Amino acid sequence: MVLIELAGAEKHYQMGETLVRAIDGISLKINRGDFAAIMGPSGSGKSTALNLVGSLDLPTKGAVYLDSRNISQLDESQLAQIRGQKIGFIFQSFNLIANLTAKENVMLPLLFQGASSEERQQKAQELLQLVNLTDRMGHYPNQLSGGQQQRVAIARALANDPEIILADEPTGNLDTQAGEQVMAFLQELNRRGKTIILVTHDRNLARNHAKIIYSMKDGKIEKITKKINHKWEAVS
Amino acid sequence: MVTDYLLLAARNIRRRGIRSWLTMLGIFLGIAAVVSLISLGSGLQQAVTGQFGALDADKLVIENLGAGFGPPGSTAVAKLTNHDFKLVQNTAGVELAVKRYIRPMQAVYNGVAVFGSAASLPDSPKELQLVYDFLDAEPLQGRLLEETSRGQVILGSHYLEEDHFGKPLAIGKTILIQNQEFKVAGILKRSSNFMVNHLILMPEKDLRQILRIGNEIDFIAAQVSDQNQLPSVAQRLEQAFRKDRRQKIGEEDFSIQTPQQSLSAVNTILTIINIIVSGIAAISLLIGGMGIANTMYTSILERTKEIGIMKAVGAKRRIILLIFLLESGLLGLIGGIVGVIIGLLLASGIAGIVSQAPGGIQLIMRFSWPWILAAIGFSLFLGMISGIFPAWQAAKLPPVEALRK
Repeated sequence: MVLIELAGAEKHYQMGETLVRAIDGISLKINRGDFAAIMGPSGSGKSTALNLVGSLDLPTKGAVYLDSRNISQLDESQLAQIRGQKIGFIFQSFNLIANLTAKENVMLPLLFQGASSEERQQKAQELLQLVNLTDRMGHYPNQLSGGQQQRVAIARALANDPEIILADEPTGNLDTQAGEQVMAFLQELNRRGKTIILVTHDRNLARNHAKIIYSMKDGKIEKITKKINHKWEAVS
Repeated sequence: MVTDYLLLAARNIRRRGIRSWLTMLGIFLGIAAVVSLISLGSGLQQAVTGQFGALDADKLVIENLGAGFGPPGSTAVAKLTNHDFKLVQNTAGVELAVKRYIRPMQAVYNGVAVFGSAASLPDSPKELQLVYDFLDAEPLQGRLLEETSRGQVILGSHYLEEDHFGKPLAIGKTILIQNQEFKVAGILKRSSNFMVNHLILMPEKDLRQILRIGNEIDFIAAQVSDQNQLPSVAQRLEQAFRKDRRQKIGEEDFSIQTPQQSLSAVNTILTIINIIVSGIAAISLLIGGMGIANTMYTSILERTKEIGIMKAVGAKRRIILLIFLLESGLLGLIGGIVGVIIGLLLASGIAGIVSQAPGGIQLIMRFSWPWILAAIGFSLFLGMISGIFPAWQAAKLPPVEALRK
């Protein structure tokens, strides 16, 4: 069943005199429970595509459907609602709020959804336990290692129990071991039914974890490969 | 819900530590300037009122207006005569009239000369009391002179507080005034009128003798029998003098000062002082307000990425606005309170320095609750107002752009 769909989506930026077509007409469908990777070199438009799916950005042309709902036509408040409830973000640079402790960072999305104080406390504790950070709850981001920060970010992404996890180069700032740990968590979340979209330039990372890979180049999808019986096969 | 966001805002301020204080610096300065100006402004009013020494409600002063400007007793002013004095005494409603003399004078002690003004003390106890009342004279050391105390003087506080003579002056010491020896019988308590602090009070007979004063009179002080009748007594005096001198209204070369007159003159000056102080205060507030707006703006710009993150995890625009509004309001509030405290300390410090300084001006700091509350309220308002614009700008940025910062 299709959960996410981009239909002829384009995103243009004006950079001085020139018009940059960051995404130049892509159409794709991602099923519920999928683990999809969007792969490509830097500047290929993979992050922009992810931002469109995550409703952090709106397409210049075309449409983005989430649960068959065209989100490119929603207003700011409804988009915020979607981001808060349906989507969890994991960024390359963690994007934790520096003034808040690990626990408070995890509590923040719950606060925006109107959860009570006890609810927030309890949920944040559970999630930090899940990512093995029970002993780091009161630490501030700058007191945590990169791997620990990214695990806090995972816990935060899970706060409102979203259907979709969007991860933009989640291992980009981590060493191999910490990166593996983060990917293991994503794998586990996918196993529990979350739909995951991973953006990466790393072919091996994509192949090791995703079930379907969209390869992008110059704002277009170059090819789609799918793992069928432990073998990668091009589907288009 | 709002409490949660208020706590979040308070946390943000606390965590940002020195940066928050720097943001509040503009508020401190503006509010501190206003509060200290206002506190000193009302003190200044009091000091000015004191300097002008508004007359008691039952007393009048009659003096001649000179051809030129000059202090009482200067040659620029023609003297009053005994004829004038009788005119005053014979006016209905005047209970007591006293001839008064004030002259510039040199006092020498320990070989050092200091210039001041000598004022006369009349002989009879009743007249003497009137003069003491007039000056609000109270002894700080020693005593006030009585009718028979010739060869003695009372000094204003000025002569005590400064080490003018190279040697402290005390009760019982002898000083030279116009080469005549006088014993210091008393020193007056400090007056809010600096003229009084510079006075040397001596018996009228001594004063007239050493300065060889003939029949002239510097000015006449009069007390009316019924203070409610004072305006009509003043009017009668004016008519009598005009008739005596054959002058038309508007041509008078004398003046009759009543308490109302001296008060209205003081009030005019106070109004001017008020306008100036309020003007300076308004300018400081404006500058303070610009400071808040400026620091708030840069502070929010710096945190655009944070706003992007909050939007990415589900914060709606109005929540972002609320958080930053609470934060800037809180900064304004704390800044206002600290500013008020600094302002009051500053004002009391300045008041202390001015009151210690030579010149004998007593500047008292006045603590005015309505002003203080208004200053804090304004600062809160200013904080929120200057937070609204940048917060709204940041909140309406697409999250992807905010995140890129």
